Amino acid sequence: MATILFDGVAYGMLLFVLACGLAVTLGLMNFVNLAHGAFAMAGGYVTVALMDKWGVPFVACLPVAFLAAATLGLVLERTLYVHMYGRSPLEQVLFSIGLVFIAVAVTDYFMGSSQRNIQLPAWLQGRREVLGASIGIYRSFLIVLCGALALALQLALMKTRFGSRLRAAVDDARVARGLGIPVGFVFAATFAVGSGLAGLGGALGVELLGLDPYFPLKFMVFFLIVVTVGGTSGLMGPFVASLLLGVADVAGKYYLSSALGGFVIYVVLIVVLVLRPHGLFARAR
Amino acid sequence: MSTAASLARRSRWRVAEIVFWLVAFAAFFAPGGKQLLLNEIAILALFALSLDLILGYAGIISLGHAAFFGAGAYAAGIFCKMVMPDPTAGLLVAIIVAAVLGFATSFLVLRGSDLTRLMVTLAVALVLHEVANALPDWTGGADGLQGMTVGPLLGTFDFDLYGRTAYAYSLTTLFVLFLLARLIVRSPFGLSLMAIRRNPLRAAALGVPVHRRLIAAYTLGAAYAGAAGALLAQTTGYVSLDVLEFQRSADVLLTLIIGGTGWLYGGIAGAVIFKILQDVLSSTSPQFWMFWMGIFLVVLALVGRERLTAGVRGLVARVVRS
Repeated sequence: MATILFDGVAYGMLLFVLACGLAVTLGLMNFVNLAHGAFAMAGGYVTVALMDKWGVPFVACLPVAFLAAATLGLVLERTLYVHMYGRSPLEQVLFSIGLVFIAVAVTDYFMGSSQRNIQLPAWLQGRREVLGASIGIYRSFLIVLCGALALALQLALMKTRFGSRLRAAVDDARVARGLGIPVGFVFAATFAVGSGLAGLGGALGVELLGLDPYFPLKFMVFFLIVVTVGGTSGLMGPFVASLLLGVADVAGKYYLSSALGGFVIYVVLIVVLVLRPHGLFARAR
Repeated sequence: MSTAASLARRSRWRVAEIVFWLVAFAAFFAPGGKQLLLNEIAILALFALSLDLILGYAGIISLGHAAFFGAGAYAAGIFCKMVMPDPTAGLLVAIIVAAVLGFATSFLVLRGSDLTRLMVTLAVALVLHEVANALPDWTGGADGLQGMTVGPLLGTFDFDLYGRTAYAYSLTTLFVLFLLARLIVRSPFGLSLMAIRRNPLRAAALGVPVHRRLIAAYTLGAAYAGAAGALLAQTTGYVSLDVLEFQRSADVLLTLIIGGTGWLYGGIAGAVIFKILQDVLSSTSPQFWMFWMGIFLVVLALVGRERLTAGVRGLVARVVRS
């Protein structure tokens, strides 16, 4: 029981790091970006390639995965995404599905279609008995790292000058521009950080989620659930939503069959969307 | 011009339309082997037509239209196995099942923004996918529904290996349902749908019962998609879980976008282009096809759909004039 809860929380934390970039682009900036998983996949494959080809240690790969995905995000934002802000949702959907298809095809061409794995360093492997529950060491590592990231992000969004500029730019881009806030720069930087975090999550998630060229399609729904259920009032909503989703998914797959576990999640999603179209934790307007 | 006269003028048959259908039916006599592809085109065209009723006319964005396609396919397959092998009866059952499902889920898409609709339709398809996966006794689960022996069409024409009967069956179904859709969208009902798509508030102010019209349109689109699913199940004699997958919803959206939304030939034109391109490009490798499809979507979105279709229309007009 405690083990399942623990695994679920670790899984949820990982989902949050993967999806928090989307929470900003989709939740705050209202951009329907179905291609978010592609950045996570990029981070994952960077890690796999570095570890396989050059024997770079796992922990050293994480910042590289972040930087690679962030750079990719920055370049795509400046060249392509920037033209799509303010378009209709249908066009954004088509655009981002197109990006996903390209990402899947290119990855398949260069990296092969088989499932990729990594060898974790010895100090992150194994399980320990703590208070009668079997605790995976890698999962505790995930919880600590992702929890620290979540806290840092929330503080950055709420307390720093950049955070308040971002919130202003999201609430009303025209007024923010009038006040001298460099909206384009703020959006680009945010997008880069969000993509970078996805890349980091992808690197961390190779062990738990697996990695193959269809990663962006497989996990797209999970990211979308985190954002739509979490609502758009900052990052706490998505954080709670990803924890709930993580625990529900792990517990559902353990107690019910794996098919029924997915079933429960999607039904809950529909109910939430119908009753609270702006998310469970929507800000009172 | 009075409304009735304007409607009558809009619904007049044009020469190009008649020629198109004659060619389509003449393809039945083409040398064997091509009918399998043609059959797939006809099914995809019907599926895209059903999405057009929802997206192009009622303006509801759906990322889970495969839900109804899959429901129709499984309904036809299970009906064929358990009740009777007659394809026409199976087609009717599939249409009814998909329509009931569409009616039941239409209440979910009435509320909320485009984003909520995207998510709800996506989730409905995912729920069905999980249900189909969790009931292997009924659906065969991940192995797919096997052992379907479809009876002869109308009790006389057997389905042959070259897909002749299959093509004739699918094309006739497409034609009949197309005629029906043509009547519907050019009726006052269809006009009111277009009014809702352009501006729901103003349509409501003009006395259009917005919710009831949207429910009706969504149910109709679902029924059409169910028919397409049934055709696929019956002509291939097999149903697998991929009839409910996201990829299928994305493909049909792409098909419709290629052909253009909001006119009934959009789905058909899109299906012809999509399937032929797929046939040519995936013969190299499936990834090659996926790559070019992605490039096409990105360019389409960046350039803007209106500008692209306007460009094509202008080109056609210039060619016709010269």
